Amino acid sequence: MTAQPLVLGIETSCDETGVGIVRGHTLLANAVASSVAEHARYGGVVPEVASRAHLEAMVPTVHRALADAEVALADIDAIAVTAGPGLAGALLVGVAAAKAYALAAGKPLYGVNHLAAHVAVDTLEHGALPEPAIALLVSGGHSSLLRVDSLADGIVPLGSTLDDAAGEAYDKVARVLGMGFPGGPAIDRAASEGSVTIAFPRGLTAARDLREHRFDFSFSGLKTAVARWVEARERAGEPVPLAEVSASFQEAVCDVLTAKAVDACRTSGITTLVIGGGVAANSRLRALAAERCARHGIDLRVPRPGLCTDNGAMVAALGSQLVAEGAAPGRLDLPTNSAMRVDVITV
Amino acid sequence: MLVLVLDSATPAVTAALGRVEPAAGDRPPTIDGNPWSATILARRATVDARAHGERLAPQIDAVLGEAGAKPGDLGAIVAGIGPGPFTGLRVGLVTATALGDALGIPTYPVCTLDAFAVGRPGRVLVATDARRREIYWACYADGVRLAGPEVSKPVEVAGRAAGLGARQAVGDGALRYADQLDLPVLAEPRFPQPAAMLSLAVRRVGTGAPGEPLIPLYLRRPDTTEPVARKRAAPQ
Repeated sequence: MTAQPLVLGIETSCDETGVGIVRGHTLLANAVASSVAEHARYGGVVPEVASRAHLEAMVPTVHRALADAEVALADIDAIAVTAGPGLAGALLVGVAAAKAYALAAGKPLYGVNHLAAHVAVDTLEHGALPEPAIALLVSGGHSSLLRVDSLADGIVPLGSTLDDAAGEAYDKVARVLGMGFPGGPAIDRAASEGSVTIAFPRGLTAARDLREHRFDFSFSGLKTAVARWVEARERAGEPVPLAEVSASFQEAVCDVLTAKAVDACRTSGITTLVIGGGVAANSRLRALAAERCARHGIDLRVPRPGLCTDNGAMVAALGSQLVAEGAAPGRLDLPTNSAMRVDVITV
Repeated sequence: MLVLVLDSATPAVTAALGRVEPAAGDRPPTIDGNPWSATILARRATVDARAHGERLAPQIDAVLGEAGAKPGDLGAIVAGIGPGPFTGLRVGLVTATALGDALGIPTYPVCTLDAFAVGRPGRVLVATDARRREIYWACYADGVRLAGPEVSKPVEVAGRAAGLGARQAVGDGALRYADQLDLPVLAEPRFPQPAAMLSLAVRRVGTGAPGEPLIPLYLRRPDTTEPVARKRAAPQ
């Protein structure tokens, strides 16, 4: 197989219908149809609403991607699709579509891990990933630290959140502050106009927690602390300073994420850190990671925000890596797995 | 012309390969007065409500293989658009839509319940399982739909079917709730039959009618509740 495979990737694990096309490490198309606006009034993603939207958007999004890349389905070397983790009904739409395209066009099919794809997408921006690398994955559904020995077949989980994902904490705090869904961009905007004045807790950073949970995260206590702080203000009849609460909450999240990621690099002697997932679009996380990595001589790689949130290009990027390394394709009966483990890269 | 027939609106994940050609002496028309004949060449069905995503594509591959055909030999796709449980139904419809798109061939929807009434004289209630102790149903007179498709509790359907003069019922939903329907229920078919589905679309296939989008008959809205007030972290 060619070293610069042309791969079409399909992503439907949550509320974005994504179809991307890459050639080797070169991004050719990244078409995304989002149902986020339909979920906003419910304060979170409603799985059935997302699945219905995927069915409607699937084929038109494939068409957009092929048109943007100026290639035909017949030109594609392989099709990759997110097999998990994610919303079960949503995953099934993308996987069934991928199987149909693979069957019709006679192309090999790769069912891949969504989290590994969030790491692989960086290759589209910064070229081949130095291995080993440390990866920090932060989104509405996941917060994980990984050691990436090989994108194609060697990802080792170092730690993950014990409760809420980082993006979930953003959504919940945004709701407390009456900012709506999704919370990340709203809090990031509000925080840019305030300063860090409130000392919110940093979960799992005390010495006794670090012994067992050095690379794990916990954000539910932080969310509760913010809610209590806001409620105390409201009870006292005082206005809630949204910008300061946002900035202080955001600092607590980003402080813990970057401190643990840098610690994972330093402990293992690994000098490359990749950050992926929707929360990697956060301005403070990017700035703080850059500052701390520079201080410790770590090469930081964060894809541009449009590649951090869920998309099909990341799935294509991982697929391209798998094809180039000669990985065996999946079969037409490959299953979806809503709880797919991060160390399982293909099914 | 080779036609792929798919249905995923019941626990029976179904794929079949059919052939549609002009009726002739040894190829009788599918329906009286219809100049087209239809034959099923190969079929696969797996009864497993949780396996649609895994079974459908291999079954398509298998029916093509059995007939020595390739995907590119297909001329049309006929798909059951339900009503049916959402997740499985979508697997069939996204599969059919994507195949039609990739192969550049038309897709033709048929109502899954209609397939049970094909060639069945008199007044018939068709019902499939809708889970949550409800059924998807429709009533027919000599194969023509009089009412439905709707989703309702079996006791309510019993009243509606009696009012429409139904004399018998068919389908796995009718079998499951036979005690509440007050009608004789046929033991077979429990699930939609590819030959009947193909006959419902044979005129469109034969004449090369424009393809139509496969829009699922969900009949239920998504379960959602809009948040009223935020939860408090501390007691008031």
